[in-house]
Amino acid sequence: MTPPTNRLAERLLFCATAVSAVAVLAIFGFLLWFSLPVFHGDAVATLLSWQWRPLRGEFGILPMLAGSLCLSVSAMLLAYPLALGICCFVHGAGPARAARPLVTAVRFMTSVPTVVYGLVSVFLLVPLIRNAFSGSGFSWLAAGLVLAVLVIPTIVLVIDGQFRQVQNGIGLTGIALGLGPIQQLLRLTLPLSARGLGVAAALGFGRAIGDTLIPLMLAGNAARLPHSLLDPMRTLTSHIALVVATDSQSLAYGSLFACGVVLFLVSLLVNLALRGLRAGHD
Amino acid sequence: MRQMMKRVAACWAVPLACCSILTGSALAGELEAFAGLKGKIDIAGGTAHIPVMNDAAKRIMQANPGVRITVAAGGSGVGVQKVGEGLVDIGNTGRPLSDEEIAKYGLKSYAFAIDGVAAVVHPKNPVGNLTAAQVQEIFAGKITNWKAIGGRDAAIHLFTRDEASGTREVFWEKLLKKGTIVDSANVVASNGAMKSALAGDPDALGYVSIGHIDETIKAPTLDGVAPTQDNARSGKYPIVRKLYMNTKGEAQGLTGAFIKYILGPEGKQMTAAAGYLPL
Repeated sequence: MTPPTNRLAERLLFCATAVSAVAVLAIFGFLLWFSLPVFHGDAVATLLSWQWRPLRGEFGILPMLAGSLCLSVSAMLLAYPLALGICCFVHGAGPARAARPLVTAVRFMTSVPTVVYGLVSVFLLVPLIRNAFSGSGFSWLAAGLVLAVLVIPTIVLVIDGQFRQVQNGIGLTGIALGLGPIQQLLRLTLPLSARGLGVAAALGFGRAIGDTLIPLMLAGNAARLPHSLLDPMRTLTSHIALVVATDSQSLAYGSLFACGVVLFLVSLLVNLALRGLRAGHD
Repeated sequence: MRQMMKRVAACWAVPLACCSILTGSALAGELEAFAGLKGKIDIAGGTAHIPVMNDAAKRIMQANPGVRITVAAGGSGVGVQKVGEGLVDIGNTGRPLSDEEIAKYGLKSYAFAIDGVAAVVHPKNPVGNLTAAQVQEIFAGKITNWKAIGGRDAAIHLFTRDEASGTREVFWEKLLKKGTIVDSANVVASNGAMKSALAGDPDALGYVSIGHIDETIKAPTLDGVAPTQDNARSGKYPIVRKLYMNTKGEAQGLTGAFIKYILGPEGKQMTAAAGYLPL
């Protein structure tokens, strides 16, 4: 028999879960509903094109989709190895004395508002890139670097939590087997943490592709495919932020809901793919 | 960083404080219209309007503690939408409303100022004059180096605004003659963002509302005419537009009093102080 307080807690938790799940579904439903006018008319053909020229009735969102993917993937390629390195350093590869301050610093990074990263980068990073290379400095490179800094703490905290959990369980076994800290890390902790590593990647990617302010302030927002790291580019999120101010009766405005649907689907697919990978691993 | 934030804050605080000291309560009489009125006015929309709205809001709230006024940005499109949906009392636009917008929401427009839009560059840029044709070719992507128009040998970094911008609309219609804006141009979301982007980049070219021009950026003459208030008034400088406040139906009560105040002598003075021509 479970005590009644347990049952109450269970019910409350079930309600909380149900509300979150229904909210996500409802958001997706509303996005679809509001983007219906665009999918109905002639505009849908132009939606999947490379030209964003709303005044000529061309609402192509492919450059923004490509921009979102390029930016978040590049930020993850930079952030993930760094974050994994930090975690390995903290859990055995580095001196134990340095571990705690490092984790504290990373925790602190999670509390820095995005707009602060953006503002500092406009005044420091953008001129640096402009002077060191070419172009205006507002570029894929600037946004990618700062976005990587932004997602590192998310990835670190998830992997760190997983490492802790694994090491609690196997720490003594490792020592009994005569494994040094690095051997233990490489032979036991890492292989046993596959689950956490996948979750960290999914969360980090979600954060990277969903961020709006960093690309809006730093990526230059030109609505076309970037040809190099120094070219300006526009992501789906900053596209929505820029265009939401237009006449709300226009098709350009309606096309934003299609952007929302696409963003939602991309996030979902990447999450499912990472989960699938993990399942295959197990 | 904190140092810089402080400096940024100081940049804004000093002129604002000066404005309020200098023009303080010279015409306090007009503020009496608000005596006895209580409540809240929410304002949103065009970014060019904000200096005037903030100035007026501050004076009214200082004289009448019962009145609260909030001023938010967002752009002309947001202004229309928010006032139309009843989320704010006044929605500002830097362009006339479209027929669809008026029909859908039943909005009433009050024009209160004329604003010019000027092509602007970094203060160190040696180019002192641009012709309309040059600006058109630069924005179309045909001229890409400052050398071609008498500047130094460097690529032109082009900055434009998003399609929702009233500033972009007048610049595109009246100066670019509805020509192309090359799609590799950087896009910024407000007059303020444009100014800070141009102030930091010696090779940049963009455009802002004349009210936003200060010592951090330079406006070259256009076909030999300086983009100033006087030239806009006399009609010599042609790239101008009106600034509107819009309400849902006829403005009444507190909102009506606010609009009357902006259109009155003291409002005209504030409009002129912000760099616009009062109507």
